[in-house]
Amino acid sequence: MRKQARLQAPADRIKNFFEVALGYSKEEAEKEAKRCLLCKDPLCVKGCPVRIDIPSFIRLLRENKPQEALAKIKERNNLPAVCGRVCPQEDQCEAMCILNKKKIPINIGALERYAADYGKAAGKQLTSEPQASEPANPRTRELKIAVVGSGPAGLTAAADLAKMGYSVTLFESLHKPGGVLTYGIPEFRLPKKIVMDEVEYIKGLGVEVKTDYLVGRTLGLAELFEKGYKAIFLAIGAGLPQFMGIPGENLSRVYSANEFLTRVNLMRAYAFPESKTPLNIGTRAAVIGGGNVAFDSARCALRLGAKVSIVYRRAEAEMPARVEEIQNAKEEGVEFQLLTQPVKILGDEQGFVKGLECVRMALGEPDASGRKRPVPVKNSNFILEADTVIVAIGQTPNPLLSRAAPELKTNPNGTIAVNEDYMTSLPGVFAGGDIITGADTVIAAMGAGKKAALAIDRYIKTNG
Amino acid sequence: MFRVIEKSKLTGDITRIVVAAPDIALKAGAGQFVMVVTGRDSERIPLTIADTDTSRGTLTLIFQEIGFSTKELGALSEGDTISHILGPLGNPTHIEKYGTVICVGGGVGIAEIFPVTKAMKRAENRVIGIIGARSKELVILEEKLKQTCDELFITTDDGSYGKKGYVTDVLSGLLKVSEQSTHTIYPNLVYAVGPVPMMRKIAQLTKEYNIKTIVSLNPIMVDATGMCGSCRVTVAGVTRFGCVDGPEFDAHLVDFDELQKRLASFKEKEECLNKKCPAK
Repeated sequence: MRKQARLQAPADRIKNFFEVALGYSKEEAEKEAKRCLLCKDPLCVKGCPVRIDIPSFIRLLRENKPQEALAKIKERNNLPAVCGRVCPQEDQCEAMCILNKKKIPINIGALERYAADYGKAAGKQLTSEPQASEPANPRTRELKIAVVGSGPAGLTAAADLAKMGYSVTLFESLHKPGGVLTYGIPEFRLPKKIVMDEVEYIKGLGVEVKTDYLVGRTLGLAELFEKGYKAIFLAIGAGLPQFMGIPGENLSRVYSANEFLTRVNLMRAYAFPESKTPLNIGTRAAVIGGGNVAFDSARCALRLGAKVSIVYRRAEAEMPARVEEIQNAKEEGVEFQLLTQPVKILGDEQGFVKGLECVRMALGEPDASGRKRPVPVKNSNFILEADTVIVAIGQTPNPLLSRAAPELKTNPNGTIAVNEDYMTSLPGVFAGGDIITGADTVIAAMGAGKKAALAIDRYIKTNG
Repeated sequence: MFRVIEKSKLTGDITRIVVAAPDIALKAGAGQFVMVVTGRDSERIPLTIADTDTSRGTLTLIFQEIGFSTKELGALSEGDTISHILGPLGNPTHIEKYGTVICVGGGVGIAEIFPVTKAMKRAENRVIGIIGARSKELVILEEKLKQTCDELFITTDDGSYGKKGYVTDVLSGLLKVSEQSTHTIYPNLVYAVGPVPMMRKIAQLTKEYNIKTIVSLNPIMVDATGMCGSCRVTVAGVTRFGCVDGPEFDAHLVDFDELQKRLASFKEKEECLNKKCPAK
């Protein structure tokens, strides 16, 4: 039987920001590892965007060697403790697992997390911090590369380039590194301690992390080259939050999910007034959207004491969020207003939200995305009780950098245009992650970071 | 970490600090701002860059100690460090030779017009400054502005210094005179920074005369790089982000009512920080 990782009980966890999933014990991990068939031609690896040698690390776990298992994972993945927690394994490695034919795939996510958590603990006792491998070509150490943005794509590329022997500087505009891992994904899904540990690992590889640097403002791309950087990797993320364009969206207590989550996660507004950044959360929050960001927002709002509804214009089956997160949210008491589209946010005299006018939707013919297109039901308008509205309907690329460097070509949707080698229209300037694809998963960004690091290495070897 | 090199109280609750931030000082233009995080659990607060000295690599910040975070910053002494400063942010003021430029500053907004008067003067404009405060002891930067302005008018609400009344009274007077005057002293641009009611009044006034007017807005910000949207303002009926699209906008198109309401969003919480939080 596939072993699910233990969870904090819903009644407890809605009152705290501690991690919901508790992970495997040693016995549970060994038992689950023993179920693995250790396939000769493993399909799971094909499902992994960074191609972790999954059967090998599972074999090491079977042999009770978590530290070696972790080292095996780190050959391909620089952020295992993060990926073990937030990767959508059900769509990737686990979807490909041969045992998935019987609907009991190996719980690869929980095993990766176990290896990361226990392997690190074991490693601490045995060895010192990880070291960068000796550069194959010692001269490469003198070559400087700038990585802009310290989210999953930037961290991955920085780590891989450091391992190849380059001297890497990682620039971050916020005051803490980690990008979406720090400001976006909540503590209860990804503890910030874990993120900072992963960042420390990457620093241990020789990467210099510079916070409070906004490339495009504090330093321009041309200046980075002048300062001797041989290549630049832009991993600046998905960008500006989108709003719906309905009346009342600028009322007080209407937040973009980015603002709401940044206040809660990066600025620790849940610890207000000990932490000085405030957050207004009323008693009834409506979260608009059906993706992971919407669910993260909803579950934060719940923990801050509000009753929460997810308002989504399609049906549950169409929700892009992970099934696991939808399930967790349900258990925690998040209400669902499905097939519901907001049309107007109502405000009081002082400009605060006092309700959300919605219209019911029905599913019509499939649209371009293959999902059934929701169409408004006539005369179905109603007012949803709400004093806080969180808009989680996606992002558009941040125009800041492309305005600062107009020669950087963008696509019609604002994303930065790159060739098959992740190179932008500017020679030596590469880009990857959400800034080239639009909002996507952590692991997809990491996959881009890995490929871009290889492309940068090739570029430097050809043009150096 | 960013070291405080100098600190002085300009008046009452307005404090001036000079901080070492060479990279930012090198890039800062008039009208730009920085985000400051004073200590470990501090808020990120936007502050306009009041002056820069590229040879020393310093920024001057002038702020009113009005809420918890500005008081926390004001409590630092020379030699102390500020945890984080990010910048320069926002679009710099568009500087060109307009002809005559009137710069209006109210309260701590006086500090914010200073770099603009300096840049406008350097671009060979005739610069007229109008500054206003509640009373004499709150008037700041008079001597510095006299150097960057061809003419400087001062008002106080209580008449304890300069002309009794508001900056808008002086502006209104100047516009009336210039309208009747045969030789041209008609302003080509009005630039204003101050409390929202002041900026709104100025916008109303200059609209009557159809004079291009720029205001620098101070909406609430968190990241200030375009990521959160806390700073959204409605300009010409369209939502814009103060941090990446601003902070300066055409005064005649700004929805000041909405701005004022959004600025009051966290008032209760602010009181909570200043006194004691009421039991939950």
